[in-house]
Amino acid sequence: MSTDNLSSIILTLVTFAPLAGGLLLTLLPRRDRDIRIFALVISLLTFVLSLHLPVYFHRAQTDFQYQIDKQWVSTPNIHYHMGVDGISLWLVVLTTFLTPLCVLISWKSIHERVKEFFILLLILETALIGVFTSLDLFLFYFFWEATLIPMALMIGIFGHERKVYAAVKFFMYTMIGSVFMLAAILWLYAHTGSFDFVVIRDQIASGAVAKFPGAAQWLFLGFFLAFAVKVPLFPFHTWLPDAHVEAPTAGSVLLAGVLLKMGTYGLLRFNLGLFPEQSRHNAWWVMTLALIGIIYGALVAMVQPNMKKLIAYSSVSHLGFVVLGIFSFTQAGLNGAMFIMLAHGVSTGGLFMLAGILHERRHTYEIVEFGGLASPMPVYAASYLVIVLASAGLPLLNGFIGEFLVLSGAFQAKAVYGILGATGVIWSAVYLLWMYQRVFFGKVTHPVNNSLSDLSGFEKMAIWPCAAAALVMGVAPIVWLGAIDPAVQAALTPFARVASRMVGQ
Amino acid sequence: MTSTLNLWLIPILPLAGAAINGFLGKKSSRQAVTIIALFFSGAAFAMALWIAMRFSSLSLPYQEFLAHWIRSGSFSADFAFYLDQLSLVMLLVVTGVGFLIHIYSVGYMGDDPSYYRFFSYLNLFMFFMLTLVLANNYLLMFIGWEGVGLASYLLIGFWFTKDSAASAGMKAFIVNRIGDFGFLIALFLLIKHFGSLNFEQVFGGVARLSPETAGTGLLTAIGILLTLGACGKSAQIPLYIWLPDAMEGPTPVSALMHAATMVTAGVYMVARSHAIFDRAPTALSVVAIIGTLTAFFAATIAIAQTDIKKVLAYSTISQLGYMFMACGVGAFSAGVFHLMTHAFFKGLLFLCAGSVIHAVGGEQDMRKMGGLRLYAPWTFLTMTIATLAIAGFPPLAGFFSKDEILWKAFSSEHGSWVFWLMGVITAFITSFYMFRLWFLTFLGDYRGAEVGKHGAAHRDHAHNGHGLPHESPMVMIVPLAILAVLSFAGGWVGIGNRFENFLAPVFRTGAVANPAEAAGEPATHLELYLTLVSVAAALLGLYLAYLLYHKRQDLPQKIADALGGFYQTVVHKYYVDELYAALFVKPLINGSTGILWQGIDRNIIDAAVNDAGDGARNVSDEVRHMQSGNIRSYAGWIAAGSAAVIAFMIWMWMAAR
Repeated sequence: MSTDNLSSIILTLVTFAPLAGGLLLTLLPRRDRDIRIFALVISLLTFVLSLHLPVYFHRAQTDFQYQIDKQWVSTPNIHYHMGVDGISLWLVVLTTFLTPLCVLISWKSIHERVKEFFILLLILETALIGVFTSLDLFLFYFFWEATLIPMALMIGIFGHERKVYAAVKFFMYTMIGSVFMLAAILWLYAHTGSFDFVVIRDQIASGAVAKFPGAAQWLFLGFFLAFAVKVPLFPFHTWLPDAHVEAPTAGSVLLAGVLLKMGTYGLLRFNLGLFPEQSRHNAWWVMTLALIGIIYGALVAMVQPNMKKLIAYSSVSHLGFVVLGIFSFTQAGLNGAMFIMLAHGVSTGGLFMLAGILHERRHTYEIVEFGGLASPMPVYAASYLVIVLASAGLPLLNGFIGEFLVLSGAFQAKAVYGILGATGVIWSAVYLLWMYQRVFFGKVTHPVNNSLSDLSGFEKMAIWPCAAAALVMGVAPIVWLGAIDPAVQAALTPFARVASRMVGQ
Repeated sequence: MTSTLNLWLIPILPLAGAAINGFLGKKSSRQAVTIIALFFSGAAFAMALWIAMRFSSLSLPYQEFLAHWIRSGSFSADFAFYLDQLSLVMLLVVTGVGFLIHIYSVGYMGDDPSYYRFFSYLNLFMFFMLTLVLANNYLLMFIGWEGVGLASYLLIGFWFTKDSAASAGMKAFIVNRIGDFGFLIALFLLIKHFGSLNFEQVFGGVARLSPETAGTGLLTAIGILLTLGACGKSAQIPLYIWLPDAMEGPTPVSALMHAATMVTAGVYMVARSHAIFDRAPTALSVVAIIGTLTAFFAATIAIAQTDIKKVLAYSTISQLGYMFMACGVGAFSAGVFHLMTHAFFKGLLFLCAGSVIHAVGGEQDMRKMGGLRLYAPWTFLTMTIATLAIAGFPPLAGFFSKDEILWKAFSSEHGSWVFWLMGVITAFITSFYMFRLWFLTFLGDYRGAEVGKHGAAHRDHAHNGHGLPHESPMVMIVPLAILAVLSFAGGWVGIGNRFENFLAPVFRTGAVANPAEAAGEPATHLELYLTLVSVAAALLGLYLAYLLYHKRQDLPQKIADALGGFYQTVVHKYYVDELYAALFVKPLINGSTGILWQGIDRNIIDAAVNDAGDGARNVSDEVRHMQSGNIRSYAGWIAAGSAAVIAFMIWMWMAAR
């Protein structure tokens, strides 16, 4: 098959390969080892397939690529329209990168209902990829809600003590947020006759949508609420710590690594893409919430006695950076926001895996239960340190690039945003290094920790790719930015228009 | 770029050493680790020497591009290197002193079970420090800047099973991050106004600013923010508090990083940014005032310390204050001169202290030393040279650089007699506390316990099986001897302003005429008188130390008793750590726990959410209800929610059509 032919169906292949694998998995007999291997092969295959996207991606071209657009339902007018640009491209690859690692990290830790677990994992992967590849709003909404079910089930079935509470809270919280988006999507369909993102965007931009000016603010808010809950933006974040603490490791990895990015991706694609003027008008309070999230999330993370909650709150802080960057409407801010999405996926995914490794050995996440672990588990400690430093934004690791660009962009938008946001570099060092010290340094205080085994082969295979990715992304961010930069530039053109119109008035 | 120097190799070589030892060192023999570590740090030094020899044939500043790093819109920052007279001096100091301390460590760390880890970290430090020094833009410099902080974190906490060491490492990193916050904001300002972080573009942009706007706001703000960054790295008021704690690290680390090289990064950065400071007199004054105050303040604390490394730590802070003072009065080359001589004599002092600690089996309390001149003669000799050098006795290195600073503090257009006077008083105190250390350690009779029994309790170089204090092995003595020669003669390069003239192309871009030179003969006389005053101050310090710690050893206690509370305050370092804990650390932790987490997060937001979900019932009831784990009821919830959503969808659909 020539690459041209492949290019037209590659998105379909990448999106549905995991689902197909999941369906095949239902047919397999319940031999746990075979199921694990099969899931690993499928997820690796999907990852390799997804590499086609960046390899053959035309970086200078800002339009959607690998598009496929087929009528699905005639009334209502729903299309099977998929495509990626420099913004969604890497989010797809992030998803396919993390999923095999999730399989590896669950290799030993999931030993009951193994089959169901991996089926859910693969279905979840399809839903997540679908969110990033859909260009039809109906399709998008379908995948968006489809992520909820496998994730809620993963938490509810395979989670820890309060799993059902957390699963319900997660489900209800995000579901309620999504309803407002659905309303907004339906309004748009009613007034444009299309669910197609590109069509709707162009119609709005040309002023062809009836009654749009009156509804615009509500539409903005409808999308915004759904995304803000998912990000999660302060004060919609309280589902996150509960969900994470109860979720199995793989669930946490995908939740923090990819699910949260659905929110920030949505803000960037839909709020900014469809409603540039409203985005500008509302930017001041959105950025304020983002700043609160950065500082508040970090301070609350600092005092968490539970390692997983600490990482969860640190996500609130990191995702605050992303939102701050997006609503700065600057090239640096958006590039940085995109880069943090990817970097956070890798490093926080890694952190959750590392936390899971400890939980497997000690069945607790309480920091006081540890201490001095660097002695019995030196390889684990060293790997953990790399990921912690990446998360704390040490230059030459991936966290720094995004934070630097976001803060620089926010500073250009308004100095005080950049200054307050930059305090985040202090806070992240405080909560991460303090946690690291309490877990790894000093003498071993609980004798049981003396006999903890260091990383196993599977664990190394899950963790080290994250550490390696953190380093490569920090040293050669240009590989990613090369595709992101033009897409962001294109996403910002309406803002240049809005600004010039405002000046013109 | 006709011929390439391959500058990039200089930082990469030690990085390779760090990687090899880091990954393979655990399974390698000690010899293999030693060879790798010494080869790669030595190769960097050899390259630096090779460049120094070719230096006169280069067109400066020499720049070299290696690879793109960050691209965002029109902004870019690359892996690209910059060499001029200033970076050459830094390059030679860092690789030279660094290599010597690598050699010394072979002996000092010889017994440590994590030998390979130590050298891996030490090489890693060299990589970051050389990146810092050779960067052609602020962002690459920032890699080195934060990177040396990381190396410092790892090495201070090298003996991580010791809680105090681990805490000290964390404290160093976090306090440095506070400074880095200022550094970052300065970078944002530079990007916003000059569109670049490349030294050439930025300084070109600064030069193009019209004289009317240059002094106002922007450059002052950038200068002060950069100063905040420098205060973190170079341990100046108010961020100096991490450096004394950093002495928890192995002594070679204290010598290399927390005395000779890393802590001077702030001074280097200010000097590198002189184009900005030259046009921001207010920022310059801030630097001078911080430096002067720090020099004096830290020196007073050093008087009352009993731990030999703590004395040297406060001394380092104080000497860095001198360098800041120099930069602050616009005498950047004097600051860099002192940076260099200080690297020699303070590096030497720390290595001697290490040798002393080695000799007495891990003891660091000077009250338990004494008489060591008999047991460790080489250490005694080299330490004496270092002490004379730091105290400012001619013709040793410290005399020339300190005298240069004091003269510039007095005579420069940004200077003032106040800076000079404080500097002279500090010189007196310096001489006093250094000779106090010298008398307590080397003269009199040995007051310590039998070596070996006592030393076993200490992590910092524990030794077993000796009776009396003993001299260190040759591998440690040789670096001492080389540094002693440098501490003795290293200042002679400054005679006849040769050092200043060498750096002149870097610092005198604006062709500012030196008022002292213009004034001619009378100024030279004045300079001579002032020099005599500072030498007298040093002599006075020596005499006082002789009096109190040799002749009348009963006096110090009497004086301490007479001073009472004030003496206690000094011993406790003015309670600054306690003050910071009460002002910042405790409120932050308590506030975050009580107000943010328990208060806002749980009792307001989450309570509201749970409330909304439940309706009439109160919150605690709801939470308990949720926790009861009735799975069927949740299945019901999910079903009801889904049904509601579907119903809503259908309704909307109908409405839409």
